[in-house]
Amino acid sequence: MAFKGTLVIDTEKCKGCAVCIEGCPQKVIALSKNVNGKGYNYLEMINEDACIGCANCAILCPDGVIEVYRVKV
Amino acid sequence: MKREDIIKPENLVYRRTPVLTDNVMHYCPGCGHGLIHRLIAEVIEEMEIQDNTLAVAPVGCSVLAYNYFDVDCVEAAHGRAPALATAMKRLRPDQFVFTYQGDGDLAAIGTAETIHACNRGENIVMIFVNNGIYGMTGGQMAPTTLEGMKTSTSPYGRETDLMGNPLRITELLAQLPGTYYVTRQAVYTPALVRKCKKAIRTAFENQKLNKGTSFIEVVSNCNSGWKLTPVKSNEWLEENMLPKYPLGDIKVPEK
Repeated sequence: MAFKGTLVIDTEKCKGCAVCIEGCPQKVIALSKNVNGKGYNYLEMINEDACIGCANCAILCPDGVIEVYRVKV
Repeated sequence: MKREDIIKPENLVYRRTPVLTDNVMHYCPGCGHGLIHRLIAEVIEEMEIQDNTLAVAPVGCSVLAYNYFDVDCVEAAHGRAPALATAMKRLRPDQFVFTYQGDGDLAAIGTAETIHACNRGENIVMIFVNNGIYGMTGGQMAPTTLEGMKTSTSPYGRETDLMGNPLRITELLAQLPGTYYVTRQAVYTPALVRKCKKAIRTAFENQKLNKGTSFIEVVSNCNSGWKLTPVKSNEWLEENMLPKYPLGDIKVPEK
């Protein structure tokens, strides 16, 4: 059984601390080259297909900007 | 499978808890405070005690904690959160009372209040965030600053002959008969975050059973004060803070 997941990132509230990137086992997320309204390089998904919806990134996020969805495939 | 097919309410696994308000936290990027706030809020949500929880906010970086917890909050004078929590719990024993303090608040100016509240065994939960520095005022030396650690008031590193030794207040409090559950946690990996949440849950369950003081130290980072990036500060924490402040339960109730 495999899982497929995806993230909804509140880019305006993201502070670009990159703590979540360390926790991702699938290397799905990275900081964007663009900045948000506060001038932070926000988080984005670079490898969406690999996401398994483990929610490690959301658990590590100090600002709670990540929502995680997961389905069985 | 398309992204739109996955994003449906029934597939939701993790979302920001509604016990936190929608305000953007003022903490620096990567600060452990936001995470610890969220863990407490999640425990409150899981136990369904949002309407009968009282929080006591400290002075320090987390002075504005009352803006983020969607529960009734009181702001204490510097270091006096345990004294205020004592009064609140005694007047309203039906409510859950927790204090949230940093190391400058709990282990420096508020040492007397902390020790006496724990010694009396007040039936409260105390959350102690230890980052070894005074974060809000600009990275000055705190009682918990490590030996040799550079801060703005110890620019050549903390010398123990002159400035004293790092204070391990959690071990100190574990000696007191009033404390029921004393533990030290950290929040820099997903596994540790889950463990920390479990400890907070245990503490609130203890309060429900009127067991006495539950004290949780969370070793956290201060990337601005330590002059490191968030990721580097977590590595620094693991290498330097944890040998002095080892993780784990220090006092657990006998079964």
